[in-house]
Amino acid sequence: MEKKGWWDIVRSSYVWKSVFRHEYQDTYRNRVLQVSSNVFLHLHPTKIRRHALRLRFTWCMGGTTFLLFLILVVTGVILMFYYRPTGEYAYHDMKYLQFDVPFGMIMRNMHRWAAHAMVIAVWLHMFRVFMTGSYKPPREFNWVIGVNLLVFTLLLSFTGYLLPWDQLSIWAVTVGTNMGRATPLLGHEGPFAELVGVNARYDARALLTAGRLVGPATLLRFYVLHCIFIPLVAAVLMIVHFWRVRKDGGISGPL
Amino acid sequence: MAKAEDGTNPEGHIWRIAPTRRDMFGFLGWGGVLTSLGIGSLAFVRFMYPRVLFEPASRYGIGKPVEYGVNSVSEKWIKALRFWLVRFDDRFVALSATCTHLGCTPRYLGTEDKFKCPCHGSGFRGYKGSWKALGVNYEGPAPRPLERYLLATDDTGQLVVDLGKAYRIDKGQADETGAFLPYA
Repeated sequence: MEKKGWWDIVRSSYVWKSVFRHEYQDTYRNRVLQVSSNVFLHLHPTKIRRHALRLRFTWCMGGTTFLLFLILVVTGVILMFYYRPTGEYAYHDMKYLQFDVPFGMIMRNMHRWAAHAMVIAVWLHMFRVFMTGSYKPPREFNWVIGVNLLVFTLLLSFTGYLLPWDQLSIWAVTVGTNMGRATPLLGHEGPFAELVGVNARYDARALLTAGRLVGPATLLRFYVLHCIFIPLVAAVLMIVHFWRVRKDGGISGPL
Repeated sequence: MAKAEDGTNPEGHIWRIAPTRRDMFGFLGWGGVLTSLGIGSLAFVRFMYPRVLFEPASRYGIGKPVEYGVNSVSEKWIKALRFWLVRFDDRFVALSATCTHLGCTPRYLGTEDKFKCPCHGSGFRGYKGSWKALGVNYEGPAPRPLERYLLATDDTGQLVVDLGKAYRIDKGQADETGAFLPYA
């Protein structure tokens, strides 16, 4: 009988076989199984056509956007260990992260630059999809999902803007939320406001600011939206987005 | 019209003649789920509008009238309460320092006698025209004049401003009681 090394022992163990349920030989079938029997890998197709790798066609902007989103999730969670979303602490926690916490500066800056880059990548992705006509049936539904993802990306940027809690944040969000006054039906200065009966105390803007002005209540609201609500919704839409890419013929595939 | 006993029409498609017991339970079940989701959503919207807002009071005593010079724009309360107290020959006006465009704080430029917003460049008239033209927008994106806050005096003759009550001169409220305080 052949002598078994530690690697063979690990691979023949019950635990290993529970996680990786296929054989290890480098065969065509096993390559497919490695992807399709793994919950994480199976989001990616088991097979990619050669033309899908042509960077000149796809620019890899969708993949880049997703990578940046993952960077933002990781750095964002790390920042949450120090950041307290209350009026008296938020600004000082931001400064603390930046000037004292080890690696705090690079975590904050990675989060900031990845956020900027994600917005740019989303726009370039949309531009590429438009220029290659990839919004046409049967991919028209995925275009709609994508437009929603664009909106949620911008909302993530907007809500994150308030969190440093400095003068720039407060006035930028003051300007941004004041636009909500002009929302049709739901803003107290928008069209049909009288018809619906909204006023400055109960309208779309007050829903965001939780008060007359941008204040601590707004900070908490934006924090929850930024860290919990919008990322969850965006993640669900991303799953649908990637799924539909495959169901509609894969990336860059002719139909 | 031939309706088959088994609930299918002559072409063989399912054709419900009467709701079944299963239909009823389905209707009640989904109806219950959707109703509770609907009530929950309404409750959540109301949840997001608290009854009490923990914000500063809106009425403030701002000193005696003689503390302010005739024909001047006082910036004394800009930082704390965000309004200018403007005194004319015969009256006081409490002019809001919230830009009517998107809510930034304009600055009073004395030499040009105008209120200028740093965010998007809106300009509003200063006090040297008539008291009616004070704060009227004339350049930049601001859609309407600056608002005026309720101004009154208390028992001791002190000026009192109420930031919770604003008058809009573009709605013809410049002459209303409270929109200005007569003082000669």
